[in-house]
Amino acid sequence: MSRLKAFFIGIWEFVVGDDWRTALGIVLALGATVLLADIGTAAWWFMPPAVILVLALSLRRAARAVARG
Amino acid sequence: MSGAELGLAVSVFLACAVEAVEALTIVLAIGTTRSWSSAMAGVGAATVALAAIVAALGPALTLLPIDVLRVVVGGLLLIFGLQWLRKAILRSTGLKAKHDELESFREETAAARAASRDGGSGFDGYAFTISFKGVLLEGLEVAFIVLTFGANQHRVGLAAGAAAVAVLVVLAAGLAARAPLAKVPENTMKFAVGVMLSSFGMFWGAEGAGAKWPGDDAALLAIVPGMLIVANAMVWILRRSQRSAEQALARTDVPDLTRARI
Repeated sequence: MSRLKAFFIGIWEFVVGDDWRTALGIVLALGATVLLADIGTAAWWFMPPAVILVLALSLRRAARAVARG
Repeated sequence: MSGAELGLAVSVFLACAVEAVEALTIVLAIGTTRSWSSAMAGVGAATVALAAIVAALGPALTLLPIDVLRVVVGGLLLIFGLQWLRKAILRSTGLKAKHDELESFREETAAARAASRDGGSGFDGYAFTISFKGVLLEGLEVAFIVLTFGANQHRVGLAAGAAAVAVLVVLAAGLAARAPLAKVPENTMKFAVGVMLSSFGMFWGAEGAGAKWPGDDAALLAIVPGMLIVANAMVWILRRSQRSAEQALARTDVPDLTRARI
């Protein structure tokens, strides 16, 4: 059991890394793109600003964490 | 070779070269302080394990419907690429320490000397295990990139070839230098890989989600440079805010002389 748990923790850390909010943001952005495409509007424009926002927020969190020491 | 295939080959080559430099440092440290034969046995075992992972998962991934593959793999690639890019940006601004191959070499060498030796038999279990783990862990990221990039374009062979060329180049440079490759601009390479993975991940992820990019594949010609500009702008903004914070701190440290005179 503990080996299985360690395996899944390893996979999680490998894919998601140390900022799960980034992964969540990308999943939500892709979900929103699916919805936009489904209602028949141009959906391509959504991902670039969403990715920039997710990255900027992640960097801000990291910079604040460093500032707090 | 199309632009997307060239992007695939360059991204995999750079990612693999960076990871190979880090793995080489570990193997050199273990080989020079413990046992070359056991260290190389560890490298061989890890290479076989990595090849088995790519061989087993590669064909399985290509069997998925293209839209499912693109949205899942594009999303994973984007998450993975943003991790690389975030760390590279933080290193460029000094908010995170840069990877120092000479320091890693010194640490690995000291740990290898301190570890106890098995008596008698020619096989060194410590050297084998550390080399195996080092190569496997550094190689897993490359295997992931090879699989995701390769499967999305049905070019796992091209991706694996680019990875193999990168390993050979790093190995040749390591043999020539007989030392850790400390002068390789690792962070710049990681920055480039982060930009490429994020760009391709965004492109494929959105396509798999049902979006249609203007110009189809040609959209990558705007996405990749756009991502590069954004990442550099973030480095600039972070550096500037750091400087402002340092100046504000310096001002609060200076005693108020005007008040002292009064």
